[in-house]
Formats: sequence, C-alpha cells, structure tokens
Amino acid sequence: MSQTDSQAKTPATQPAAAPEGTGFGGMQARSAAAINAVSRISVRNLDFYYGDNRALKGINLDLPERQVTGMIGPSGCGKSTLLRVLNRMYSLYPGQRAEGEVLMDGQNIIAPNVDLNDLRSKVGMVFQKPTPFPMTIYDNIAFGVRLHEKLSKSQMDERVEWALSRAAIWDEVKDRLHTSAMGLSGGQQQRLCIARTIAVRPEVILFDEPTSALDPISTLKIEELIDELKRDFTICIVTHNMQQAARCADQVAFFYLGELIEVAPAAQMFTAPREQKTQEYITGRFG
Amino acid sequence: MSTTAPTFAFTRSAAEERTKRSLGRRRGIVDRVVTLFCLLATAVGLFFLGAILFTLLRRGLVALDLTIFTAEFAPTRYGDDSLPKGGLLHAITGSLIQVAIATAIGTPIGLFVGTYLAEYSQRTALGNAVRFVSDILLSAPSILIGLFIYQIVVLPMGGFSGIAGALALAVIVVPVVVRTTEDMLQLIPNTLREAVIALGAPKWKMIVLVCYKAALSGIVTGVLLAIARIAGETAPLLLTSFGNNVVSTDLSRPMASLPISIYQQANSGFPDLIEIAWTGALLVTAGVLVINILARVLLRKRI
Repeated sequence: MSQTDSQAKTPATQPAAAPEGTGFGGMQARSAAAINAVSRISVRNLDFYYGDNRALKGINLDLPERQVTGMIGPSGCGKSTLLRVLNRMYSLYPGQRAEGEVLMDGQNIIAPNVDLNDLRSKVGMVFQKPTPFPMTIYDNIAFGVRLHEKLSKSQMDERVEWALSRAAIWDEVKDRLHTSAMGLSGGQQQRLCIARTIAVRPEVILFDEPTSALDPISTLKIEELIDELKRDFTICIVTHNMQQAARCADQVAFFYLGELIEVAPAAQMFTAPREQKTQEYITGRFG
Repeated sequence: MSTTAPTFAFTRSAAEERTKRSLGRRRGIVDRVVTLFCLLATAVGLFFLGAILFTLLRRGLVALDLTIFTAEFAPTRYGDDSLPKGGLLHAITGSLIQVAIATAIGTPIGLFVGTYLAEYSQRTALGNAVRFVSDILLSAPSILIGLFIYQIVVLPMGGFSGIAGALALAVIVVPVVVRTTEDMLQLIPNTLREAVIALGAPKWKMIVLVCYKAALSGIVTGVLLAIARIAGETAPLLLTSFGNNVVSTDLSRPMASLPISIYQQANSGFPDLIEIAWTGALLVTAGVLVINILARVLLRKRI
C-alpha cells in the first residue's frame, strides 16, 4: 500500500475524524469526557512491516497534548512497535518499514525526508532497561544537550541540575555528579535516563515498559514522576502492568495482534470496556 | 486432554530404586574418571610451561647484566675476558622501533575495519567476506606475510629495511585488532546504541562517543595482545628487516630485532653468544608477560 493510497482511504476508515490538521482524531468522540486536549501526534492508517510480516494494521490513534497515553496488550501485539514508529527508531534496521501517516506539527514524520536527529530531539524515549552511558552522571545528562545546543559551562550546569531535579534524582546525586553513572542503583539509573531525555527538552516522551526491570519502590517513584512530567510533556507509555496503566494513563489504548482494538479514557477502559477482547484481556482471561 | 496424560506413581518401586542406585554409581565413576583426565591434562600443560620458564630463567640470567642494555653486538670472545662483552642494545632498539611503527600503522586500520564489521556491515555479504579474510589472515603463517612484504617492499626498494619489517608486523597486527574490536563492540547491548540514537545523535557520534568508550579497555587489551604477538615474531622479519649488528635507526636500512638476534646468536655455535641469545629470549618473554598482565588488568577493570 503506497502512502497516497492510505491517505485517500483516511476518510472512509475514519468516519468520526475531523478534517486533517486540526488534530482532532477519530477517538475524540469516544474519549471526550476525559481527553479534551489537542492531539500532539496523530497516527493515521499506520501499517508496519518487519520484512513481510505485517505487525501493525491500520492504526489510528491520537496522543493528546500533555496527557499520558497508556498502551496495553499481550506480548507481540504491536504496542512497542508503534512506540518505535513515533521516534523512527525502526529506521535503524533495514527491512522494517512503516506506511501511512504519523502527523506531528502538520508533518508526516514517517516520510523519508524527515530529519531524524531533529525528530528524536522532539520525541524522546526511555527504555525498558536502564541504559546509563559509560561516563559520569553529569556527562550522561550533558551528552544529549550537547548534540543539539551550544551552552556555556554555567548554562550547562543549570540545565543538568534542572533535568536531574525534574527527574526527582537531584538530591541523590548532587554530591557525586562527576562519578560514574554505572554506580547508581537500577531505579536511580532509570531516573537518570529520564533526566537525560528531559534535558534535551523534548515535547513528547515515549516510555517503553520503563519499570519492568525495577523494584516496587523505584516503580512507584517513576510513576509519580510520569504524573509530574505530564504537566509539560506529552507522554506515551507501553506497559504490561494493567494497574500501572490505570494509575498513570489518562487515555488507554488496547492492542491485539497488531490491531488497535479500543481507545478510551482510563477510567472507562478499566470499568466499562466496549469491546469483548478488551474485557477479556483486562480481566486476565488471556495474554 | 487430561484423560490421555500419563500418570506417574509418586513412590518408586523396588526395581526403580535399584536402577536409580546403579545409575548413580555409574555416574559417580564417570565423574571421577573425567575429573582425573582434566587434572592430568592440566598438569602436563603446566609442567611444560614451568619447564620452559625454568630453563629460560636458568640460562637467561647467566648473561643478564647492564652491558646487555648498553652494548651492541660483539663477536665471540673465545673465553678471552679482556675482549669486550657484547649486548643486545641494537636488537632492543630495533624491536622497539619496528613494533612501535607496526602498532601505529596496524591499530587504526584494525580499529576501523573492526568498527565497520560491528557497526556498519551487519549481515551484508561484504561484511562477511571481510570478516572471513581477516580471520584467515589471523591464522596465516607469518613467513607468508614476510614473503608478501619481501615482494612488494623489499624488492622494489632494492634491499632489506626497518620499514619493511615494521610493515610486515603491521600486517600481523591488523587482524588481531579487527577481531578484538569487533568482539568488544558486539558485546555492547543494542539497547545502549538505541538509547544514544533516541537522544538524536548521529550514528558516528554514537560510535565514537559512547561505543568506543564502553569498549575501550577491551580494544586496548586487543592492541596489547597484538603487540605481544609481534614482539616475538621472527619469520617475517628474516625476509624484511633482516637484522643488523649495530644500533641503527635508519628505516631504509636493515634493522636488528630481538627475535632475529636470538636466532642468529643461538645458531653461532659460540657458548658466550648462545648465553646472550638466552638472555634475549628471557627479555622477550618478560616483555610479553608484562604486556599480557597489563591486558588482563585492563580487561578486569571493565567488569
């Protein structure tokens, strides 16, 4: 399917969709109660392929600005795949390709001519396993900033302190900024990675199962942090933990076998899902 | 489903108990025999290593004194102690110069090829071909490398030279560094690479600023192992730098080296020269040992 084809099909498969570019997508009507923000990223008729294997099928989804979108579903359902489309991480791997539209600021970010480094400075990502770089805590934060900005020493100091404070780890590391980041605990490393992402001042932050490698207390801290961060950032979080989705997300999307089954405000999703499959999954019948 | 599943008794019958005990006995015997073989093999290996080191120390320490480091080659004294005693200064300088140049040439080439293999050529035909050729080079007889340099450098230049020796050694360095660089870069988890890319870093910055840093001690270890390997190479130098009896730093002229000096003096048939050859062998071994220990310390630090 070529891109022009999928564009042409948009109105047909998306009856509730507002005109292109206004940012109000198909689920606006469904989620009107809780989700009343402007869409920051709009996914339209997105197909994704690993070689010949179609992993995402005609996805339509809006990420409301300064809200948390939780993505749930059994392993292999495509939720992480969608996340990796949003910052074009898949472009690292030949053989992986996306078709359709992912609109951000009116631009289709999966188009071939997109400046990937610029896109990734706007759409940051935090991974499942903490990935501190083999350098000092300070340099871990400054690394990303240096890629995109030229700051003086004092400006950089401020930025590092700001990012570490926003990630709720400043008090724990302020006396050892110039020691290796590898010496931090797992939970601290993950908050360091969040700080590193924030430091670049992205607009959207993607979290790919950010707490699945962490203990309950570190998990709680990260969840509180996500709640804090949504004041300034649009957030998308993939999680296997239904309680986490219920706690963190404003809007929840349920994926199954590469399809988006249902999108709804979190409260509605976990109390009165519309789809049978959603109900079965969230009550633990499968997955 | 559950109706067709076989059922097992939870208590063993007397026959099952017997089988279990005899199995246990047999396994115990096999375990002891295998352990014995392992210990024997280790003992044989250690014995030869110990014997070599012991002989080397016993024979090498005889002629080890300051003149070894201050004097050039001198002819045999026929037991006449009034004649000047020879040393290995010419060989030590020659070895240091050639090994240094070979490392300086071979390391960057090996580093870049290793980086290409690990970061740029995943599953491409060219990458596989390069890896294959590099592995062949790694195990190629070093005399072949000497012949190769003899053909393309020594003959056109019209004679043996230090630079030809250094080039031959550089050819040996390259595949060693390629192998370790690729291995060390592949040890870096892909999630770390993705984390760098996710910040909006171009690929080359990811490699230079993060991957090299993460793999640094491993890569340095590889370079040190390559140095240890070429420090003892004799065959390729015979056909390239040839050897020299005086201290020479002229790269366009024949140059001495420790392995060649050992070879020549050990073959001289004069007891006093043979003693000096043993000392040279001790020096090479000690140098390689120091480099290996250094490599191990570095490798331990990365974990």
